[in-house]
Amino acid sequence: MSDTAHDTAPRGDLFDKFQPIIDLRAGLLASGVEDPFSLVMEKVLSPTTAICNGRETILLGTYNYMGMTFDPDVIAAGKQALDDFGAGTTGSRVLNGTYAGHKAVEQALCDFYAMDHAMVFSTGYQANLGVISTIAGKGDYIVLDIDSHASIWDGCKMGDAEVVPFKHNDIEAMEKRLKRIPEGAGKLVILEGVYSMMGDIAPLKEMIAVAKANGAMVLVDEAHSMGFIGPNGRGVAEDQGVLDQVDFVIGTFSKSVGTVGGFCVSNHPKFEILRLVCRPYVFTASLPPSVVATAATSIRKLMHAGDKRAHLWENSRTLHKGLKDRGFQLGTDNPQSAIISVIMPDLERGAGMWEALLKEGLYVNLARPPATPANMTLLRCSLCSEHSAEQVQTIIGMFERAGRAVGII
Amino acid sequence: MTIDRAATADRIGALIAPFNKKGIAITDASTFSGDLEFDSLTVMDFVAAIEDEFDIIISMNQQAEIETYGQLVDAVVKLQG
Repeated sequence: MSDTAHDTAPRGDLFDKFQPIIDLRAGLLASGVEDPFSLVMEKVLSPTTAICNGRETILLGTYNYMGMTFDPDVIAAGKQALDDFGAGTTGSRVLNGTYAGHKAVEQALCDFYAMDHAMVFSTGYQANLGVISTIAGKGDYIVLDIDSHASIWDGCKMGDAEVVPFKHNDIEAMEKRLKRIPEGAGKLVILEGVYSMMGDIAPLKEMIAVAKANGAMVLVDEAHSMGFIGPNGRGVAEDQGVLDQVDFVIGTFSKSVGTVGGFCVSNHPKFEILRLVCRPYVFTASLPPSVVATAATSIRKLMHAGDKRAHLWENSRTLHKGLKDRGFQLGTDNPQSAIISVIMPDLERGAGMWEALLKEGLYVNLARPPATPANMTLLRCSLCSEHSAEQVQTIIGMFERAGRAVGII
Repeated sequence: MTIDRAATADRIGALIAPFNKKGIAITDASTFSGDLEFDSLTVMDFVAAIEDEFDIIISMNQQAEIETYGQLVDAVVKLQG
């Protein structure tokens, strides 16, 4: 087979495996669409507005649910920590990288979740990678939802456990697989509170009951629910009254908390040993002092954010209804979280719609296969408690005009 | 009790039909990603159907070792044993 394009490339070019995605991207850009994956925010004006590619833009795809990024107390705490502790720790948590601020943010998490132990990682990705790959070992079984986040899958891949997926949110499929696991094997069930692609929630109450009845430990990723779902903002498990049944909650600082970092909270009596055996915790530098200071301040403020939560839910309901009424196909029949997912007919029109919205002055996330369930192209909208009621109406108007122009509604 | 390979192959053959959209003639050497053009979603649905039919688990780790139809039949025979 001859292929002239490859004549100048070295034989056995390791990049050949990326050719399909290179071609897909080239085809998309050749249609003249603005590159959806190279957007630059030149200036960030507030949690809800920025200058993107030279245009003032409403941000509707940031996961900045509670608008804490510009909270004055949060900013002040970060500046103070920079002055007092410097720009970075240059070290692992288990060596020279644990400062007073790291202990303080872990205490803030224990208080926020009313749990005994909290362990902070440098990112949410590393929290899943570390906890999953460490606690489920050779001979153990991980039973997980097929729509789990990439960090969960990568945690499974890094560990030595047998990995058994089941159909999204399918309680019966999960139960069948749990019952087929050999007698005596360790079992870990991994679920998410909110699934970020479609914005739907899990029936955690039922699923956790089944997991427990079959002798499994339960890990729930509450990255997209912290701060606004549940009476105290502890997430979907709290909202459904089963948080006490969850063995490990995984979360992130890069959504509602408004900075970067990841964590696991737990009541397991032996939890602290993870600090010595979890490689993605040990073999990396800890978070900068300014980051843990902003996170701790933000988490403590989120404990008393009832009004912001109420407004965020109002925004979610208004946007969901507004888009549904205008004929868009949405990921959920009713608003279940602060993510409203708009289903596009295909990648080409999805990218066209994304660009039309950007030109209207609206940024949303374009999500495409293979990150999406059922190979769908999605425009994911994540609302912020700082979006005003007027902004939400403006957003609906932008969707309507762009949808008509692209021929989606 | 030894599991009959032919009987297992018959049951898998019946399960694969709805996933074999192009009506490819399947032999033990047929590959799922190449000959049958299964994408990851199809693999997931097909594996779930086999797991339920035989009341077994084919973990992702085991799936990674299975490239051909013949290897799948062998694996299912073994998992029933």
